[in-house]
Amino acid sequence: MKRFEYSRADAPKQAATSASSKDASFIAGGTNLLDLMKLEIETPIKLVDITRLELEQVETTADGGLRIGTLVTNSDLAAHPEVIANYPVLSRAILAGATGQLRNRATTGGNFLQRTRCYYFYQTDSACNKREPGTGCPAINGENRTLAVLGTSDSCIAQHPSDMAVAMRLLDATIETVKADGSTRAIDVKDFYCLPKDTPHIENVLEAGELITHVVLPAPIKGMHTYDKVRDRASYAFALVSCAAVVDADDNGNLKTVRLAFGGIGTKPWRNEEVEALLTDTDGNSDVITQAADLLLQDAKGNGQNDFKIPLTRRLLKQVIQRALAGEGA
Amino acid sequence: MSTLTLTINKQDYQLENLDARTTLLDVCRQHLQITGPKKGCDHGQCGACTMLINGRRVNSCLTLAIMHDGDEITTIEGIGMPDSLSALQQAFKDNDAFQCGYCTPGQICSATALIEEVKQNWPSHVSTDLQHPDSLLVQEIAERMSGNVCRCSAYPNIIKAISQVLENEASASTSKTVDNAAQNSSVTGIWSPPSSETQFHKASANNKTITGKAGDHS
Repeated sequence: MKRFEYSRADAPKQAATSASSKDASFIAGGTNLLDLMKLEIETPIKLVDITRLELEQVETTADGGLRIGTLVTNSDLAAHPEVIANYPVLSRAILAGATGQLRNRATTGGNFLQRTRCYYFYQTDSACNKREPGTGCPAINGENRTLAVLGTSDSCIAQHPSDMAVAMRLLDATIETVKADGSTRAIDVKDFYCLPKDTPHIENVLEAGELITHVVLPAPIKGMHTYDKVRDRASYAFALVSCAAVVDADDNGNLKTVRLAFGGIGTKPWRNEEVEALLTDTDGNSDVITQAADLLLQDAKGNGQNDFKIPLTRRLLKQVIQRALAGEGA
Repeated sequence: MSTLTLTINKQDYQLENLDARTTLLDVCRQHLQITGPKKGCDHGQCGACTMLINGRRVNSCLTLAIMHDGDEITTIEGIGMPDSLSALQQAFKDNDAFQCGYCTPGQICSATALIEEVKQNWPSHVSTDLQHPDSLLVQEIAERMSGNVCRCSAYPNIIKAISQVLENEASASTSKTVDNAAQNSSVTGIWSPPSSETQFHKASANNKTITGKAGDHS
C-alpha cells in the first residue's frame, strides 16, 4: 500500500474541502477502497476519514419518503423497519450482496461508489482503460463472462457491481452532496453514473472533494417488491443478472405499475422506462413480455463468454412479470 | 505516523507512531501479539480475521487501526479463554465444528455477532418474511455465515454448533437444560441451495420467499 496522509473530518464541508486536492479520497467503510489500496489500484495520497460525521440517521421526509445519512451501514439500512415495511426491494437488494461482516462496514454512500470487479481492472500487470486510460481493454476479447452487455463501449465493458444501487435506481432515489466550496446539490441516481464511452475512468458526476451526505427516497410505491439475483453461488457472489422490481396489477390482471431495474448486465445500474411503459396497462402476456425483452436488449452486445446474459435476462424478466401476475402481489 | 488508543478485550493499548496504513488485524497480530484473529486472504473474502467492533462483526483486515480510536474491539480472546469457554466455543468443541482450526476464531466471532443479529430480528437474503425471519433454519444460518470460509469444509458441524446455541437461547426462558442438545437439534442434514427453478417454485408456492409488499405495513 502507498503511503498517505490521514485526517479525520469533523464536519461535511470541512471534509469536502480537505478532500478537494488531487489524489485525495474519503474513507468510510473502506471495504472496497482498502482492498484496492492494498493492490495499489487506488493510490490516494490523502485519506479523509468521514466516519465520525453526524450522517448516520434515517429520517422521514415531509412527502412521506426517507432521507438516509450516507454513513448508515448496509446492515442497518436493510434491517430498518421503515425500509422493510415500505421499500422491501431495497432490503432485499442489500441483503443479496456481500456478507454480514462487509454489510456491517459498508455504507450507503460508499456502496454507490463501488468499483467494478472486472478481472483486468484488478490485475495490475494487464492493460485496463479504466485503471490506466489509453492502455486498452483485454476484456473485450478475453475473460468477459461476468461483464456487461449494455452501455458498453470499445474502451470498456466493465459491469457495475452494486445490488443496492440497482434498487436505488428503481426507486428514483436522489443523492445529496456538499462540494468543497460549501455549496450543495441533489443528483438523481438516474443522472449519477456515466457510461464508459472513451473515458471509462470517469464513473460518475461527482467533482473532486464532493461528498455524498444523504440519499433521499421518494414516497413508497405500492406493489410487489422483489429482487432476484442470478449468480454462480447461492451467497456472497456478484450478480450475473439481477432484477429489482415493483409490480402491481389490478383485479383484472392488468399491470398498473411496472418498474424494473437490472444489475450485472450494465456498465451502470440499468433501467429503461420505455420497457416499463410498454408493459403497463397490459395483461403481461407472452407476446408483450417478448416485446419488452426485445426493447430492453435491443442494443445488448455480448463479447463471447457473456453472450448467455442476454437470454438469461429475457428469462428473468419473464419470470418476474409472470410471478407477479400469478396473484401474490396484486 | 500517529498515536492512538485502542480498546481491545476491555484493555487499553497506546500505540505511538503507528503507520497509518496498518490494518486493525495487523496491529493485533504484529504489534500486540493478539494472535487469535487469523490472516487468511487479507481481502475480506475469507472471514478468518473477523472481530467485533462495538458488538458488530467486521473483517479486521479491511479496516485501518487508526480509524478505531475509542471503539470497543473484541477478538476471540475476549470471547472466552480455555478455562472460560463461551457457549458457542463449547458448542464448537461438542459438535466437532473444526478440523485444522485456522478459521475457527473468525467463525466463532462471526457466530457470536450472528446470535445478536438474530435477537435484533435482522433479516437475511433467505428470509421468507423480512419482518419475522425464521433464524433457526439451516439455510438461514448458512446464509448468515457465508462470510466465513472453512477450507476443511466443517460446515455441517459449524451449523450444528450455532444451531444448538441459537435453540438453547430461544428456549432458555421456558425449558431446562437439554442433555444432548446436538442430538436434539432440528438440523438433520446439510443444506444445499436449491436450483434456481426450485427456488422460484418455492417463492410462488408460499408467496413470500423473495417478495415483500409495500404499503401493507407502515
